[in-house]
Amino acid sequence: MKIKKNIAISDSGFIFNPSTGDSFSVNPIGLEIIKQLKEEKTSDDIKKHILKLYAVDEATVEKDFYDFLKMLEANKLSAENEKAN
Amino acid sequence: MAKLQYERPLIQKLNTGTMNKFGTRTEYRPHTEIDGAKVDELIKEFGSPLFVISEKTIRDKYTDANRAFKTRYPKVQFAWSYKTNYIAAVCNVYHQLGSWSEVVSGFEYNKALKSGVPGNKIIFNGPDKTVEELKLAIENSSLIHIDHLDELYTIIELTNEIKKRPKVAIRVNMDTGIYPMWDRFGFNYENGQAWDAINKIVLTDKMDLVGLHCHIGTFMLAPSAYGVAAAKLSELALAIRKKYGKTIQYLDMGGGFASKNTLKGSFLPGTDTTPPIDDYAEAITTSILNAGFLEEELPTLYLETGRALIDEAGYLLGTVISNKRLSDGRKATIMDFGVNILFTAFWYDHKITPAQEFSHYTENSVMYGPLCMNIDVVRENVTLPPMKKGDHVVVHTVGAYNMTQWMQFISLRPAVVMVDLKGKAHLIRKRETLSNIDASEEMPGYLKGFKL
Repeated sequence: MKIKKNIAISDSGFIFNPSTGDSFSVNPIGLEIIKQLKEEKTSDDIKKHILKLYAVDEATVEKDFYDFLKMLEANKLSAENEKAN
Repeated sequence: MAKLQYERPLIQKLNTGTMNKFGTRTEYRPHTEIDGAKVDELIKEFGSPLFVISEKTIRDKYTDANRAFKTRYPKVQFAWSYKTNYIAAVCNVYHQLGSWSEVVSGFEYNKALKSGVPGNKIIFNGPDKTVEELKLAIENSSLIHIDHLDELYTIIELTNEIKKRPKVAIRVNMDTGIYPMWDRFGFNYENGQAWDAINKIVLTDKMDLVGLHCHIGTFMLAPSAYGVAAAKLSELALAIRKKYGKTIQYLDMGGGFASKNTLKGSFLPGTDTTPPIDDYAEAITTSILNAGFLEEELPTLYLETGRALIDEAGYLLGTVISNKRLSDGRKATIMDFGVNILFTAFWYDHKITPAQEFSHYTENSVMYGPLCMNIDVVRENVTLPPMKKGDHVVVHTVGAYNMTQWMQFISLRPAVVMVDLKGKAHLIRKRETLSNIDASEEMPGYLKGFKL
């Protein structure tokens, strides 16, 4: 999944979508994932990155990662939404 | 390099100017121990879910309530309400503190006797007392609180075969200005039913009318209602004194004082709305003291307080089974305890705290129990830090009515431990096993065995 290019991301976890005016707050790991998505990393690369940084097992990362992507989509932050719009 | 502590990735939409229906974050620190006993060690030793009773809280709450009443009124006697929590070890803490027993069934009556409570220190309430149970209560000089005329006539009949005068009180219901008015227990004050029963008792001269009792409601947030009830009972006692020359020895105000739980639908949390025990004490004692009793004829004040004394002493420890996303995007957390063992989840929005360190990020979610039933909802909405499978939580203020109203439904009931004053945990009720359930079942011969 790719994230919309115009999304503004602050280091403190504040996300702003200029096309809708919506703003969001993410926790540090959510921010890490969004940054990686913005750099157009693949899902596998992002999961590996998380596993390297955090004390967590692969199954948990897998489960939580895809749930988080769904939430990004639901909040209209993915590039796929952009195309649809 | 040491790895960072993992937390589920979260994204929350920021809304300004609108109310969040989930409320604000309430938990800031993990609840890692109960009176010095560590939550994770308790779960490791006794399993999850697990009920934990704090002996210290029981003693503190009782001492506080006792002080509130005894500093205002000279003669006060507490009777432990067995139906609130009748685990023997819990009852014994109250008995050690000086409480009598208040029971509402033959089962509870025998439980109190078995624990060693003298028969004359048992108050026998409730609408269902069998002939055999009444006989036993009369023989033991227990205080029988008569609920209806059928019970009164049964006792009159029994006095023909038992050569002992029963000690009785009548249960009186009345309008205390609260809604709904509880008029199902005992005889009504306003319409004269109470007088009918009193006249019958006194004129048959087969038993001693020693007290008057009322139970005006449950989770009563208005202490003034107790003031009204105490005034009406006092008026009745004084009228009996005037009419028949008989002194009523005690007034029993029943139970119903609120605990610090938050009732569903409340705007403010229970910690902000529940009156202190002193407010109840002030309302009741002022009414009795101002009623006009002669000093030497002041009745003893009996109190059957249950919930307000035990609720905050009880905790339920549990474990996260899973997290899932609902169709509308809400997060749901499935716990290993449900409404089968946490019956009070139907009444209260229980305070729930994670038992391990967490960040300041929170998430709105629904908390479900493990039952395969749609009604199994522990909290309809709760704002908690993200938790993962295997994380522990502490549910607060669960000491009243859960360990008596719990159901053996779908899963077995958990163990109960009591943490003593030194922080040591004692098993006071074992975890149920399949053999406990099997022991009560019988199999007809023709149904034994099958081929599939």
